[in-house]
Amino acid sequence: MSSNDKPTTPVKSTGLNVGEIRPGVAKKDPILIADSVRRQFGGLTAVDVEHVEIPRNAITALIGPNGAGKTTFFNLLTGFDNPNTGTWSFNGRSLAGVAAFKVARMGLIRTFQLTKALSLLTVMDNMKLGSTEQRGEKLWASMFHFLWKKKDAEIEAQALNLLTRFNLDAKKDDYAASLSGGQRKLLEMARALMTKPELVMLDEPMAGVNPALTQSLLDHILNLKKEGMTVLFVEHDMHMVRHIADWVIVMAEGKVVAEGDPHEVMRNPAVIDAYLGSHQDDDLGTVTGRITLPKSGKEK
Amino acid sequence: MDILGILSSTASFILDPTTMAYALAGLGLAIHFGFAGLLNMGMAGFMALGAYGYAIGVLTLGLPWYFAAFVGIGASIIFALILGIPTLRLRGDYLAIVTIAAAEIIRLLLLTSAFIDVTGSADGLSGFNGPGGTVTNPIVGAGGFNTSNPIPDGEFGFEPFFDDERTWYLRIVGAIILAVSVFVVWRLVNSPWGRVIKGIREDEEAVRSLGKNVFAYKLQALIIGGVFGALGGIMLALSTNVNSGVYVTSLTFFLWTALLLGGAATVFGPLVGSVIFWVLQAFLGLLFPALAKLGLLPFDSIQAAQVRFILIGVALVLLVVFRPQGIFGNKKELTFVK
Amino acid sequence: MRTMSTMRRLASAVGAFVLAFGVLGIASPAQADVVNPEMPFKISGNVQNKGEPIAGVTINLTGGGGYAATVVTDAEGKFTAGVPEKEADYTVTVDESTLPDGVAVIDNPATEFVEANVQTVTVGPGGRVAMNFFIGQGERKTVAWVDQVVQRLISGVNFGLMLALASVGLSLIYGTTGISNFAHAEMVTFGAIATFALVEFFGDAGLPLAIGLAIILSASLGWALDAGLWGPLRKRNTGLVQLMIVSIGLSLAIRYLYQFFIGGGTEQLPGADSPKIPLFGEVSLSVVGMVSMGISVVLIVIFAAWLTYTKVGKATRAISDNPSLAAASGINVDGVIRIVWIIGSLLAGFSGILWAYFRPGIRWDMGGQILLLIFAATTLGGLGTAYGALIGSLIVGILVEASSLFIPSDLKYVGALVVLIGILLFRPQGILGRKERVG
Repeated sequence: MSSNDKPTTPVKSTGLNVGEIRPGVAKKDPILIADSVRRQFGGLTAVDVEHVEIPRNAITALIGPNGAGKTTFFNLLTGFDNPNTGTWSFNGRSLAGVAAFKVARMGLIRTFQLTKALSLLTVMDNMKLGSTEQRGEKLWASMFHFLWKKKDAEIEAQALNLLTRFNLDAKKDDYAASLSGGQRKLLEMARALMTKPELVMLDEPMAGVNPALTQSLLDHILNLKKEGMTVLFVEHDMHMVRHIADWVIVMAEGKVVAEGDPHEVMRNPAVIDAYLGSHQDDDLGTVTGRITLPKSGKEK
Repeated sequence: MDILGILSSTASFILDPTTMAYALAGLGLAIHFGFAGLLNMGMAGFMALGAYGYAIGVLTLGLPWYFAAFVGIGASIIFALILGIPTLRLRGDYLAIVTIAAAEIIRLLLLTSAFIDVTGSADGLSGFNGPGGTVTNPIVGAGGFNTSNPIPDGEFGFEPFFDDERTWYLRIVGAIILAVSVFVVWRLVNSPWGRVIKGIREDEEAVRSLGKNVFAYKLQALIIGGVFGALGGIMLALSTNVNSGVYVTSLTFFLWTALLLGGAATVFGPLVGSVIFWVLQAFLGLLFPALAKLGLLPFDSIQAAQVRFILIGVALVLLVVFRPQGIFGNKKELTFVK
Repeated sequence: MRTMSTMRRLASAVGAFVLAFGVLGIASPAQADVVNPEMPFKISGNVQNKGEPIAGVTINLTGGGGYAATVVTDAEGKFTAGVPEKEADYTVTVDESTLPDGVAVIDNPATEFVEANVQTVTVGPGGRVAMNFFIGQGERKTVAWVDQVVQRLISGVNFGLMLALASVGLSLIYGTTGISNFAHAEMVTFGAIATFALVEFFGDAGLPLAIGLAIILSASLGWALDAGLWGPLRKRNTGLVQLMIVSIGLSLAIRYLYQFFIGGGTEQLPGADSPKIPLFGEVSLSVVGMVSMGISVVLIVIFAAWLTYTKVGKATRAISDNPSLAAASGINVDGVIRIVWIIGSLLAGFSGILWAYFRPGIRWDMGGQILLLIFAATTLGGLGTAYGALIGSLIVGILVEASSLFIPSDLKYVGALVVLIGILLFRPQGILGRKERVG
């Protein structure tokens, strides 16, 4: 199916939590659990998360004002940065001290706030890099064409399939440098899917994406859940959060200050407090939302 | 002025062992910088290890020349490991300074009189290719490179390639090593492995986020490039004596010039670049003095021979600023990311 | 066909020349006097009287199988003799009748062994051995350890101050523009060569005038480089790696331009052989050494005051800290960088003059010889921090000079290079640099 079809109506997952909703609440089926994760830069504590659980097969939004430590938390969870203290586990396996590339191989894949398209590689090569099954990536095997030729063809078919879904198939032989900002976001997401992840962590997937592409991006994220993946994303845009998130975790000054269903969370005084006090009366979406969804995507 | 003579001797540089040595080391540099994005400014160190490893393998360890070559290659692999394991995490310009310093350390250790018994200190080493040179070293005997020459004595070929059996043997061996090397590199960079190292050149974090062990790939690239550097050094050693005065930082810089001339992110770039570099060097080195002798240039012929070195520097500046992809490279292919 | 063949040989000669000397920037070394060059193994050495080579000394060598050879030392006191066998003993004898009057072979200060004029050497498995003779007044004199240490320390401080003048400029340039400027070496050489050229013009008595003008010329060089090259490249938003390689190309071009003008030899400035004044014990320092240390300190103090108290100095530090913030707060970044190039080049030029006295001598590649030490000093103190560069320079200077107490003096730069690598690995921000905030 093409992403240009009618916007998908999100099917919200509910009843994810166990017990009373509060920051750090336990989940029925957590995929990721973090405990006392703390990261300090000099005297500044960027992240100080007591306990947080990410529910499986749901879309969880991580929100909070600038400087709340969301991206740093992402970096810590994925092994791109090391915390001063803390433990966290993915599918019950501890990830503390595990190198970033090994984390990725376990099925926890991330994207970056500043898109990292590999500019001087073609779109197709970008995609092929995502595959984890090519033994031609080993030094000795790489020199023998026949060892990896067949696999490469399979990977190419898989990549083409994904590119078609993301409307990038026409660009497959272009250098990634020639893509627009939004297309690079799509490419980065499609490339992440090549690894067949269980948990996809998207760092501001909407930042810098032009309005025409936002709907298709939203649909893609919803599709991930449909296909059985778990999504955790950082976003400033409240429309998007409300529209697609099943669960929202709010961070401020490095701590988790609130959790819950998106509509409930937005009414939580702690959350309103966390954002700028002077805008308390405004709708949160107007305060932080840098983009407006196209008509079709707007909430009723 | 003997234009024809100048052109002829210039042309002989196309098949010169020095040109081949540059092409081999340039190929290594292409893997380092052009494909993996590693800013190696210490290629002279890898070449020195290749050349000295080979010479010491013959003279001190008493090995036949083909085994001695592996001493040189082994030394460069060890150097790459020692250098790479701690330094590959450094950002680009730091890596450049570390590699240049490491290469200088190698040179100073080869130069010091503390190890004169093995390295020959300032005199360097000679006579390791067996009979044929000015010095005969009995230990080299049957295992020497010159002794292994199957070509009968005499002069062969046509101008400008009219030479004796040793020169031809050297050219043939060099051409074979070069052809195999170019093939291996072509195979490597067009494989999934090459895709990963090109990805690392563009953005190593992105590649890491896709589950690739970036450090291991960078180390592999450093080792492979270093081995080609060592082969370049061995090629130089096969053709002449080894002396630590050759393996100075300028050698690395000239390699960079040759590489950027041909195009850093191409397989044939180093080859083409080395040929252009040396043919131009030879041509200008003969032309300017000849012109000076005729009084057409406002300086003497010794100065005239220096002018081309000034031009190398100017060429490097112009290339980097105006044609970073090299003379024949594709603008999209290169490569000064970040 | 004959001419062709001749040209071909000429071409190989050109190739060999390029390989051995031209390309590689080493001047043709004075060849030691050699006998039996056709023999595979070698005994070489030199004959010195208090560090001065003695020419024309006859050395007799004898060995097994009736080997006998006689060689005479050359102008640098060196000799080399080919020998037929390795792993064999040879007797090397200095013919004392060929020594200058009143001197004899004495003990070697490095080994503290008393060495007579007849020596037995063993040519090892490598096939070569060195045998050096030290000639003296016949008296035994060892320099006290304390005196040696003090002498090395003074020398190290002198060297360090000289390095500091070059390093602070490099550091400022790196801090404000991000360029790892390999051509800084040539800015160092420029000061020395400009002084030399001006002394040729004014005569020895005009030395102070020549130095003054050379410093002004150095400053102009900095201005010209920024106006003609670095400024325009900044406007093109050229990447840092490209800028670094541009500086390498520039370094090569200027370096060989120097060689073009002054040739491959060593030139001296007037006063380079000024007498050493004994301070205490065996410790001594030349007048030039004292003056150069004094001037270095004065210049560094002025520079530090400029950096700390003047508006431009403060702006410079602000740009080093955060260029975009500095630009946003109304600082004329381009103008400040221009001034940084001028000052950096001025200081580098002056350090070149001091380096010419310290080495001593002026050579076309003299700056290149200490470039990595300047980098080491800059990095050690913290890239981009001018005060750090000062401290780093003193440490490197003392390290280099003091290390020759423990290791062979031809390895004295190795220590500094090891420190450079170590610092980049374990504390890339240097001694005074701040750890960059990550994330």
